[in-house]
Amino acid sequence: MMVQRLGRRGVSAMQSMGRAAILFYRSLLWGGPGSAGWRDLLQQIHAVGVRSLSIIIVAGFFVGMVLGLQGYTILIDFGSEAALGTMVSLTLLRELGPVMTALLFAGRAGSALTAEIGLMKTTEQLSAMEMMGVDPLKRVITPRLWAGMIAVPILALLFSTVGIWGGAFVAVDLLGIDEGAYWGNMQASVEFYEDVVKGIVKSVVFGLVVTWIAVFQGYDSVPTSEGIGKATTQTVVVSSLAVLGLDFVLTAIMLGGV
Amino acid sequence: MDPYISISELSFRRGERLIYDRLSVDFPRGKVTAIMGPSGTGKTTLLRLIGGQLKPDQGSVVVAGQRVNELSRRQLFELRREKMGMLFQTGALFTDLSVFDNVAFPLRTHTDLPETMIRDLVLMKLEAVGLRGARDLMPSELSGGMARRVALARSIAMDPELMLYDEPFTGLDPISMGMIVKLIRALSEALGLTSLLVSHDVEESCSIADYLCLVSDGRVIGFGPPDELLHEGNDEVRQFLRGDPDGPVPFHYPAADYRQELLSS
Ligand SMILES: Nc1ncnc2c1ncn2[C@@H]1O[C@H](COP(=O)(O)OP(=O)(O)O)[C@@H](O)[C@H]1O
Ligand SMILES: [Mg+2]
Repeated sequence: MMVQRLGRRGVSAMQSMGRAAILFYRSLLWGGPGSAGWRDLLQQIHAVGVRSLSIIIVAGFFVGMVLGLQGYTILIDFGSEAALGTMVSLTLLRELGPVMTALLFAGRAGSALTAEIGLMKTTEQLSAMEMMGVDPLKRVITPRLWAGMIAVPILALLFSTVGIWGGAFVAVDLLGIDEGAYWGNMQASVEFYEDVVKGIVKSVVFGLVVTWIAVFQGYDSVPTSEGIGKATTQTVVVSSLAVLGLDFVLTAIMLGGV
Repeated sequence: MDPYISISELSFRRGERLIYDRLSVDFPRGKVTAIMGPSGTGKTTLLRLIGGQLKPDQGSVVVAGQRVNELSRRQLFELRREKMGMLFQTGALFTDLSVFDNVAFPLRTHTDLPETMIRDLVLMKLEAVGLRGARDLMPSELSGGMARRVALARSIAMDPELMLYDEPFTGLDPISMGMIVKLIRALSEALGLTSLLVSHDVEESCSIADYLCLVSDGRVIGFGPPDELLHEGNDEVRQFLRGDPDGPVPFHYPAADYRQELLSS
């Protein structure tokens, strides 16, 4: 009984992964970013970007301040509090910027995307499109996938930037670290390719994965209000885990010198 | 009879349940055919099989000479674009687009017409359903009947040959219902459409349909002009058309003997 249930769950999980793969293949591999028109793409970037903007800025500032405080208490024991700027900026650019942004994006924009597409399915808008001879995958899904892939790296850079300011606010204004040391050491040790570019690569992947999970959950949802509710929860849970798991994999690959 | 849609030996199942078992039926070209039957028998399913949104497990669906269930995805979209229109039960208007943009959607997507010509076409279609004045409203501002008329204008925007209507009368007030009835008839005649209409409103369907197709338990139990079926159909057909509560379709869901059940408790 137990085994049977477990087996059935496993099979249905595999099946939905298969359907997600088909959705990915049909929408992204067959459709470029402009497949529903460039204006539509811009609108989608705007929609997901603006939805997440305020939460990203506020969260980024807080996280930067916390990093400043924690970093200060750690570094001061070694007498190297001048390296605080370096520590804050590297932590943000390499890890916390991409990861936190992706998690916040999943909660804010991802769940909204799932609900939006689930509602389009429930109200037969997607079916109506199909019957008009318009492929909803290209028309609805493709531009949203591209938008996520473009918006998340931008949001992540914004998160890191605001975070670095937050760190500076704590370090310089509250704890009295020398302003020149904070910014100067940061500039000397942050490398464009190693730190900034690799962080951007991470957040492109995160943006794609979170958006993919979100649109798939909406597209695959049971077309009832209950089904949409379940799908939105699923989006947040699955994409958060996916981001954290992928972060480890990507970090390992990048540190391995790829 | 010159069939526009020809279904043969079609079987379709949902999980364990066999919804259609080797169904064969033809729908004539240029006529309005009403598909009628109890809720849950698979009328919507039949429309989706015809539109290629569902694939039969066996058998074939031929629309305008093309085997719908064997077309590639691309060919299927092309067939729908050129030949089919469908009115959904809920209207299915795009909620983020205005009435005008909803009707313009298929034209903008499928043609390269200049915006002035699209405007003329859209206004023409909206005029046909009497809603030219509502072009700037959003779908959320429309009543149920208006939404369905806008959806109707949208579905004829590309001048289809075949119109599929899924329960177009359900949930409408009498006046809106009258408008939809009149529109479906008028459009079919003016454009020479082949129309399939799923409904369980006997009176409305009889008033506009050239043929009735009665479906029950995955079989066609009667096909013919309304008058003929009413007078010459078998008991089951007449029970449905007259709305008798009891007959070949029993009033009671199958149950153990009533007396025994009462006594045994
Ligand atoms: N997506 C679906 N998944 C599983 N079963 C479905 C689905 N859609 C419809 N059904 C089942 O198929 C049967 C026929 O449904 P439908 O064609 O909608 O009936 P009708 O339109 O005649 O009321 C019903 O018993 C319904 O429960
Ligand atoms: Mg139905």
